[in-house]
Amino acid sequence: MKPAPFTYHRARDLDGTAKLLAELAGSGGEPKIIAGGQSLVAMMNFRLARPDHLVDISGVEGLRGLRTDGEGALHIGALTTHHEVETAPGPLLGPGFAVLRDAMRWVGHLPIRTRGTVGGSLAHADATAEWCLLAVLLDAEMVAHGPAGQRRVAARDFFLGYYSTALEEDEVLTEAVFPRPAPHAALTEFAQRHGDFATVAAAVALDLTPDGGGVRGGRVALGGVDALPVRVPEAEAVLAEGGRAGPALYEAVATAAARAVDPPGDANGSPEYRRGLTRNLVARACEEAVSR
Amino acid sequence: MSEITHQPPDQQLLSLSVNGERHELLAESRRTLVDALRHDLGLTGTHVGCEHGICGACTVLVDGAPARACLMFAAQAEGREIRTVEALGEGPGGRELGDLQRAFTEHHALQCGFCTPGFLMLAEGFLAERPDATKEEIREVVAANLCRCTGYQTIVEAIDDCAARRRASVCEEGSCG
Repeated sequence: MKPAPFTYHRARDLDGTAKLLAELAGSGGEPKIIAGGQSLVAMMNFRLARPDHLVDISGVEGLRGLRTDGEGALHIGALTTHHEVETAPGPLLGPGFAVLRDAMRWVGHLPIRTRGTVGGSLAHADATAEWCLLAVLLDAEMVAHGPAGQRRVAARDFFLGYYSTALEEDEVLTEAVFPRPAPHAALTEFAQRHGDFATVAAAVALDLTPDGGGVRGGRVALGGVDALPVRVPEAEAVLAEGGRAGPALYEAVATAAARAVDPPGDANGSPEYRRGLTRNLVARACEEAVSR
Repeated sequence: MSEITHQPPDQQLLSLSVNGERHELLAESRRTLVDALRHDLGLTGTHVGCEHGICGACTVLVDGAPARACLMFAAQAEGREIRTVEALGEGPGGRELGDLQRAFTEHHALQCGFCTPGFLMLAEGFLAERPDATKEEIREVVAANLCRCTGYQTIVEAIDDCAARRRASVCEEGSCG
């Protein structure tokens, strides 16, 4: 279908964007920010979304690209595309963050990844989106720019539910900050057709012994089992007990994760099916993370 | 009492660069790029399928990278270089098939042809970035688009063959190795 009519605005800078958003929302409008538009335009064509104003931030300077700061944190500009992360050269995206690069193959397909942005994906907050899962797994902080200036929101406070975030209606997401390298991390998922939204997605970040043969802690995060991406403390407790890296440990972590979740059922899978996927995917993610 | 008001549609005066030519057009803000190409510029080679980014029939190149023209508003294409299937022709006036199109013909990589412009532009953009792509990579990339009659085997073979010929011709020109 065709989208409902809207008024198009081209933003020039962040302050202007925040001011315009505040004005539009304050006068009863329902403005939406558009960047790559790979989720938004599809929803508008379906008329699932009918914003009356679109504020295009794709021309705003300084929101694109990757950089590592003096403390080793990776900053990803909101307008950076999935494909730019997928093809980022080593000096920009080192082995500590390779999990981000490798996860990009799960984001839609190439023509989606060339347009879709990291910031757009995070702000859209689909419960199965790879960026949302990675942000929760790696404790990313989202930087929001509003009329009162900048603020940082931790991933655990950023995602509130289905397609819902802590961003105010007059705030723009400017970057995501991944604070620490995670050299032994992996994301994997399952969808009926590759490129579709995941039925379940699993990501782990492991803390290995110096010889690489033992596990002494780590994180487990899941998408598709709740209204937002979640950490799984029950599975992380198994990792914290530690042990030799190998199928027995992965299976124990995976079983704990599958027991802990209470996934929804829909056309893509029953709760029981999703629990089974959780078990398989967590074990697979552990194996991939260790073999890095 | 509320009044019924008729607001004029929000329009944009746009300047688009398509296949190396500059076009001026006045379009409603909600005009998608694919509709602007077909209805305003008369470039009907790009097809419209699902209009929600699943089928890939509308794939064009935006600054060289394959993108869904149904998931972009025409206004977002300003300042970008757009290439459509009409740009793949060779010879006088571009009236002869280009090498990628010939490979599709030779390998029977199309039947009804509806999805073909999208596959061609997807492959054109992908091979520009990855001229040495393996068959497995090509297979993964063409999963982005839907073909409902030919099947993918011949499409993969056509793209692989075209890539191999392009590599060979680069070598003949002495700029490889």
